[in-house]
Amino acid sequence: MVFAQLIIYGIVLGSILALAAVGVSLIFSQLRFAHFAHGDVVTFGAYFGLLFTGTLALPLYLAFPLALAATGILAVAIDQLLYRRLRRSEPVILLISSIGVALMLRSVIQMVWGPDNRNYGGGGVSFPYEFLGLRIKPEQIVIIVGTVLLVTALHLFLTRTKTGKAMRATADNASLARVTGIDTERVILWAWIITAVLAAAAGLFLGLDTRLNPMMGWRILLPIFAAALVGGIGNYYGAIAGGLIIGLSQELSTAVISPAYKPAVAFAIMVLVLILRPRGIFARRREAG
Amino acid sequence: MDAGLLSYLVFFLTLSGVYMILSLGLNIQWGYNGQINIGIAGFFAIGAYTSAILTTAPTDIHLGGFGMPFFVGALGAVLAAGILAFLIGLITLELRGDYLAIASIGIAEIVRLTLKNEGWLTNGVRGVPAIPKPFADVFPGWEDEVFLAVVAVFVVLSYLAVNRLFHSPWARTVRAIRANEPAVQAVGKNILNYRLQAFVLGSMFMGLAGSLYAAFVAFISPSAFDPMFATFFIWVMLITGGSGNNKGAIVGALLIWGIWSGTEMLTTSFLPDDWTTRASALRIFLIGLLLEVVLLLRPQGLFPEQPPKVR
Repeated sequence: MVFAQLIIYGIVLGSILALAAVGVSLIFSQLRFAHFAHGDVVTFGAYFGLLFTGTLALPLYLAFPLALAATGILAVAIDQLLYRRLRRSEPVILLISSIGVALMLRSVIQMVWGPDNRNYGGGGVSFPYEFLGLRIKPEQIVIIVGTVLLVTALHLFLTRTKTGKAMRATADNASLARVTGIDTERVILWAWIITAVLAAAAGLFLGLDTRLNPMMGWRILLPIFAAALVGGIGNYYGAIAGGLIIGLSQELSTAVISPAYKPAVAFAIMVLVLILRPRGIFARRREAG
Repeated sequence: MDAGLLSYLVFFLTLSGVYMILSLGLNIQWGYNGQINIGIAGFFAIGAYTSAILTTAPTDIHLGGFGMPFFVGALGAVLAAGILAFLIGLITLELRGDYLAIASIGIAEIVRLTLKNEGWLTNGVRGVPAIPKPFADVFPGWEDEVFLAVVAVFVVLSYLAVNRLFHSPWARTVRAIRANEPAVQAVGKNILNYRLQAFVLGSMFMGLAGSLYAAFVAFISPSAFDPMFATFFIWVMLITGGSGNNKGAIVGALLIWGIWSGTEMLTTSFLPDDWTTRASALRIFLIGLLLEVVLLLRPQGLFPEQPPKVR
């Protein structure tokens, strides 16, 4: 029974990681760099939620979509102000620039909302449903259902829309995509919007499940990267599976080792995958490096 | 000069020295070889704790202490950081640069978790107290000043060593790998070996900086190795000073630490208490902004890399 309970927690954490990991994978496949500010975009999504629920006192179902949109605008603004000007540099310069962005985002959150833990209010404590001796909080059902909806929307976007197809083409072969007339700047713009919306959802869900803190996104950056790497960086569906694998392993590990070492579990799986299958567990035979 | 100002100056310069050595270490990894190490804090912490455990007097609260002299502690710190770097380098240096960057935050995180949770080894969050300074009994009452001289000697020696290295055939190969890996491979060099050497060597300097830091502050706990100050600052220092240029590494460390300390004095003396936390967030924002401005407007830094002339 304890085992089944840990699986539920693992799916909740895994959903959050999956949403964030898709973005890391998406940005890597379009712009060829590991986005180190991703954790802090997650945090910003969560705090935008706080802004709309707390300060503006909107109900959750209105506040959350607004927070997603606001985070999308933020990411596009950062790209246009900074990353776009560095597109011609080597990708590592973008990586270092994203570290600076991470610092700036985190300090803005500290300046505006302060360093203390916060939550979305509503009394703070919600009573879990119980069935078959398992406990699940209403928030956790919202997280799982929300993740399924967002992943379905992502799938439809990637397979049914022109921009989505262009995005997959650019990920496979950027120069070929460009000569076939794909507007890569437009694709990049959409990649940032999707990345930020999914990251913001991850932040909102993490805030719902636990609480808000200026460091919340930075703390899950390592598991997010681990999820993206396990899935094979640049493989969006792999990133979703990677998120669930990392989330489940982190929660299940608490049955065996001290919960203090949860982040180490993500790292250990990542290192194993790097040694055994450096292109991810779902790697196809040929893939652009 | 009044005593308060003197002791502040000694404090400022000693920590500048520690940052200079960290920055030189990162220069070997990033400046020479183009490696992205986002886990500097981990190597720095390993060095500090190794040296602290080796040099403190015997105690029940953590492993050891072994009461060894400082130089044994420093040597142990260098070796421990080097071994850690060797193990992680072996796994990640074969893959593209981003993987090392990601794995290095993992290493720093594991080091932090271990220091925090393994009480028998490190006394956990309560930290390791009473770390002795070398030559403390030479001029009683002037321990900090004497120690500043020790740090200065280490900075000068490190600078000379890293700079001498820059002009060696080894560094030529390492820099060539950064610039054009297939070409170096084509002339038959073992790329992985060179990368591993650069990574281990740079991390050893970070370990050395850790041992100096531990002896200076005399008390260390896991919270002292926050990635903000022990990783990101070093990056801003090196990028601002000039990647690949050792003079740049030194000046960058002094400049950024000077800006940080100077603005701290300003905000603590003029602002009410509840504003100082916000002001410190603002200062971090400005450090991040400075990094972006340098990357956009002067990516080569204040002192651009100057490849040695071919004779």
